[in-house]
Amino acid sequence: MAVDLHRFANPTRFLRLVSAIFPWAAGLTVILLGTGLYLALFVSPEDYQQGDTVRIMFVHVPAAWMSMGVYTMMAVSAAVGWIWKHPVADLSGKAAAPIGACFTFLALVTGSLWGQPMWGTYWVWDARLTSMLILFFLYLGYMAVWESFDDQSKAAKAAAILVLVGAINIPIIKFSVDWWNTLHQPASVATMEGPKIHSSILTPLLVMGVAYLSLFTTIFIVRVKAEILDRRLRIMQVNALQE
Amino acid sequence: MEEFLNMGGYGAFIWPSYGISFLILAFLVVLSFRRLRRIERTLKPLEQDRRARRRRPAKRENATP
Repeated sequence: MAVDLHRFANPTRFLRLVSAIFPWAAGLTVILLGTGLYLALFVSPEDYQQGDTVRIMFVHVPAAWMSMGVYTMMAVSAAVGWIWKHPVADLSGKAAAPIGACFTFLALVTGSLWGQPMWGTYWVWDARLTSMLILFFLYLGYMAVWESFDDQSKAAKAAAILVLVGAINIPIIKFSVDWWNTLHQPASVATMEGPKIHSSILTPLLVMGVAYLSLFTTIFIVRVKAEILDRRLRIMQVNALQE
Repeated sequence: MEEFLNMGGYGAFIWPSYGISFLILAFLVVLSFRRLRRIERTLKPLEQDRRARRRRPAKRENATP
C-alpha cells in the first residue's frame, strides 16, 4: 500500500503530525543522551593507543554524522520544494540549517581538540578538514540567502540552488580520507566490511549517534513549527496591508 | 574523582569538547524555543481578530434575509 506523502504537504496537517511526535522525540533524546554519556564517560574503556582522548570521539563523530545527514536532508527537501512547490519542504530546509551548522561547528571544534593531543596540531589544511570547513560555510551561505530576500519564494529558490550545488561536497567529505593523504583516520564504522571498532567502544558511539539524531528531530520540530507559523504571519500581514 | 577529571592527562582536551558541545546545543534549544514563542505570541491576536471578522459578516447575512 502506497503512503500518500502529499497529504503531509498541507502545513496544518504537518503541524499536527510533528506536534504529536514532539514529546516522544524529546523524551527519547533525554534517555539516549543520559545513557550515551554514562557509557561514554564511565563504562567504555580507554583506547590502547589514544588513551582517554578516544572519549572525544563520542561527541565528535555523531556531530560529524549529523552535519552530513542534515545537509543531505536539506538537499532532498530543496529538490522536493523546487519540483513540487511544497512550502513545507522549503521551510524544512530553512528550519534544519542552523541545527546542521551547529553540528558542523562542533565536529570541527571537537576534532581540533582531539587533533592537538593525537596529531600534535589543532588544524591542518588537508582534504577532510578543509571539506568540513566548506560544509560549514555552505550552511552559513544558505542561511544568509534566506535572510537576503524579502520575497520568501525567491529566497527558497535561491537557497535551493545553493544547497543542491553544494551537495557535491557531501561525497567529497565522505571519501576524502580514501582519495587523499590525510591525518584523519579512514572510515571505521560505515565500511564495506562492517565496523572495525570493538563493541565496547562502538556501542556508546552508536547510542550517542541515535541520541544526536533524536536531538535533531526535537529541535527540528520546534524550528519547523516556528517557520510555518512565521509564514502564516507574513501572509496575514500582507493581507492586512491590502485591506 | 580527581583521577576521573584528569582523564589520563587529557582532561584539558576532553572536558572542553563535552563542554562546548553542551553549551552550543543547549543554546540552540533555548533560541529555537524562544523564536517559536515569539512568533506564536505575535500570531495569536491576529488569528483571533481574523476569526472574529469572519464571524461578524456571517451574522449580518442571517439578520437580513
